[in-house]
Amino acid sequence: MSKASNAGRTAGEGRAGAYLKRLMWPLIVLAALLIVNIAVTGFDFIVPDVHDDRLSGAFVNILRRAAPLLLIALGMTLVIATKGIDLSVGAVYAIGAAIACQYLAGRDQSAVGAVAAAVALALAIAALIGAWNGTMVAHFGVQPIVATLILMIAGRGIAQLITGGQIPTVADSSPFVELGRGAIATVPVPIWIGAAVFAALVLLTRTTALGMLLESVGGNPEASRLAGIRSKGITVLAYLIAGTCAGLAGLIGAANLGSADANNGGLWIELDAILAVVIGGTALMGGRFFLLGTTVGVVIIGTLEVTIINVGLSSQWQFTAKAIVVFIVAMLQSPEFRAWILRPFRPRAAEPAPTDPDPEKALAK
Amino acid sequence: MSDEPIVQMTGITKDFTGVRALDGVDFTLRPGEIHAIMGENGAGKSTLIKVLTGVHSPDAGRILLDGRPVRFHSPGHAQSGGISTVYQEVNLTDNLSVAENLFAGREPRLGPFINFRAMRRRAQALLSDIGVDLNVAAPLSSYSIATQQLVAIARAVDIEAKVLILDEPTSSLDREEVAVLLRVMRTLADNGCALVFISHFLDQVYEICDRMTVLRNGRLVGEWATAELPENELIGHMLGREIEALEALERRSSAGGAAEAAPLVSAKGLGRKGAIAPFDLDIREGEVVGLAGLLGSGRTETVRLIAGADRHDSGAIEFDGRRLGGHNPRTAAARGIGFCPENRKTEGLVGELTVAENMILAMQASRGWARAIPPARRAELVAEFIAKLDIRPANGDLPVKNLSGGNQQKVLLARWLLIEPRLLILDEPTRGIDVGAKADIQRLVAELSEGGMAVLFVSAELEEVTRLSDRIAVLRDRELIDVLHQESDMTTERIVDTIVTRGGAE
Repeated sequence: MSKASNAGRTAGEGRAGAYLKRLMWPLIVLAALLIVNIAVTGFDFIVPDVHDDRLSGAFVNILRRAAPLLLIALGMTLVIATKGIDLSVGAVYAIGAAIACQYLAGRDQSAVGAVAAAVALALAIAALIGAWNGTMVAHFGVQPIVATLILMIAGRGIAQLITGGQIPTVADSSPFVELGRGAIATVPVPIWIGAAVFAALVLLTRTTALGMLLESVGGNPEASRLAGIRSKGITVLAYLIAGTCAGLAGLIGAANLGSADANNGGLWIELDAILAVVIGGTALMGGRFFLLGTTVGVVIIGTLEVTIINVGLSSQWQFTAKAIVVFIVAMLQSPEFRAWILRPFRPRAAEPAPTDPDPEKALAK
Repeated sequence: MSDEPIVQMTGITKDFTGVRALDGVDFTLRPGEIHAIMGENGAGKSTLIKVLTGVHSPDAGRILLDGRPVRFHSPGHAQSGGISTVYQEVNLTDNLSVAENLFAGREPRLGPFINFRAMRRRAQALLSDIGVDLNVAAPLSSYSIATQQLVAIARAVDIEAKVLILDEPTSSLDREEVAVLLRVMRTLADNGCALVFISHFLDQVYEICDRMTVLRNGRLVGEWATAELPENELIGHMLGREIEALEALERRSSAGGAAEAAPLVSAKGLGRKGAIAPFDLDIREGEVVGLAGLLGSGRTETVRLIAGADRHDSGAIEFDGRRLGGHNPRTAAARGIGFCPENRKTEGLVGELTVAENMILAMQASRGWARAIPPARRAELVAEFIAKLDIRPANGDLPVKNLSGGNQQKVLLARWLLIEPRLLILDEPTRGIDVGAKADIQRLVAELSEGGMAVLFVSAELEEVTRLSDRIAVLRDRELIDVLHQESDMTTERIVDTIVTRGGAE
């Protein structure tokens, strides 16, 4: 018995070790970005100070602005774990924003009840859209990229129909804007929401069996079916969560702006979310997923945008620089690349010193 | 035969996450010899080959090729060094001609163009060198797997292979094809090529090999000349324990009273178009029903219908006297039907999940996602079944893909034993696994049925079917042609006889 528990303990360490290993490269890239920023702008970059009862500072701002992307990327992580992808989240962002702002536009915006109703309505519709995506994928066998492409295209049109082609605004006095601009215990509300959703999803997937079953369905759908897993329900649930997260992200975005822009709200955010998921170590092939990795990926993307400005590059560099960082992370995560780049530094103790360093030449003789 | 080794590997060690696959293994290969690497699955045979061919780099040890230290970083690199490998699955292009396959990437040229005439001539010459006569202009796909393998060998040989590795080349070949392959191997060896032969078939190893190196649990057991190592000693070396286990499992006498009991599962006219003709089959508690037949006779199709893995389009299936509607894997599991499918990698296990997760998958699926098995209970169950089935390494947190075939099969079995099934369906549970695990699984089947479980069991090995089964359903051409139940009928001869005579009557 003691032997068994012993084996369990070492194995547990092994698992944690593997997890850290997977996080290591993204964390190194993040640290490098932070160091560059600190070198250019000083320690103020990372150390927040308190103004008007709220934290401020460059890094806090990065986290606050990255909150919508975090929500969407977390939902995307679950969808990708099922071997799927959700391209519609940017459009759902816009729809969520449009519903809430349009609802409030004709009502008493300072009433907490009206704001709560607007938020609930937007989230419910977003969840419904997610469930629709999931149903198309799981029950009707539509390929995820096609199923969600439909709403990626149509979603912004729907958002425009909701707003009647206008940009509905919410007054600065409304409690709604607190979702984007407010602070609780000095910490900005979007950061609270991001942290809460992260914690909720970790609890939901790891204290229940949802996480394991998601990984099973994504890792081997046929084996999962034969093991008796209700994979359709689990797939729908993943898309539903992704939709809800996207709607919530839209609310934060709209609250921050005080308006809902159906055309540009959350534009291309689905691609940033996919990038964050991949940077975080979740494979697009489905299976194992890493919510913490995704979170690190989101912070990298958020920090990168600020870094470009801080080091004095013009904003035209935005996309190129992002591509370069993604390239570096992807390469670092590739064992083949690491072996190749590290080979000159590897100790050769185990290897007999070859008379000719190039084995091919040695053979040719 | 020169005594100067062409390949000398010393102290080769290779670790995978948490598993030491090779531990200080030595291997010596001399020109002109055919050298078998023997061992159970998981002994380290394929890892050793992969280290030699540059798929894996060793963590310790050295490799000398022709007396010079080498370290290959890819199979292509090894090939340019003179080490070629022919795998069980042929790595050639089906829709190109035989000649094109032989010379792909190094075609004879006529200016910028390919000189097809020269290519065909050289291809013909190359093949006749190894005693094979083919139409080299025909597409490769028009030939059998065996012939394709010979083409792969010819190609490897022509790229000046000093060392040719054959990894389970005979698994999918029939007797005559094996004979041709072995003859070609001998020709190559006589011409000075060194061959490494890996095979599960001991008779072939004894027929063709000059020497053998035996591995066990990643360690070298020893190297022998074939003539000096009798078969029973070889098996003893491979297993490292007495294999009485297999022999002790003499055919169990069929439970006399079982035939009177009401069937647990009863298939009535169950069938599926294009898969299996409608059939009747009863399975009683405490009974092992074996399915015998040739490849493609409908064995797998039959059990998949009973397991609910495929939908039937005719007939009905009764369980405990009740007719099952909407039979699918989930409802089947809920009623206590466990199914280990034929292909454990693609249909059985989720490779990147851990051993523990794979084990509890069916149990968790039946509870739904919201009710996770409590961690303590889960650890207890996993530890219990790892011990009970002797799964190695005994670590529930390893990714299941890191385990050897036999241990993977045990994990899959544990998944279903955890839900305490009333009917266990096993499709080829012992295929491609080592003798030790095979004995374990056969013993388990016998024990389970004695404990009252019904077992439906498919195996291509007739001896295994006859040894374990109380009754044997014989299939041919996607039709269940007979159910043997007399004690005297439980012989391989009788099954073969049934297949031949009953088939001929059609």
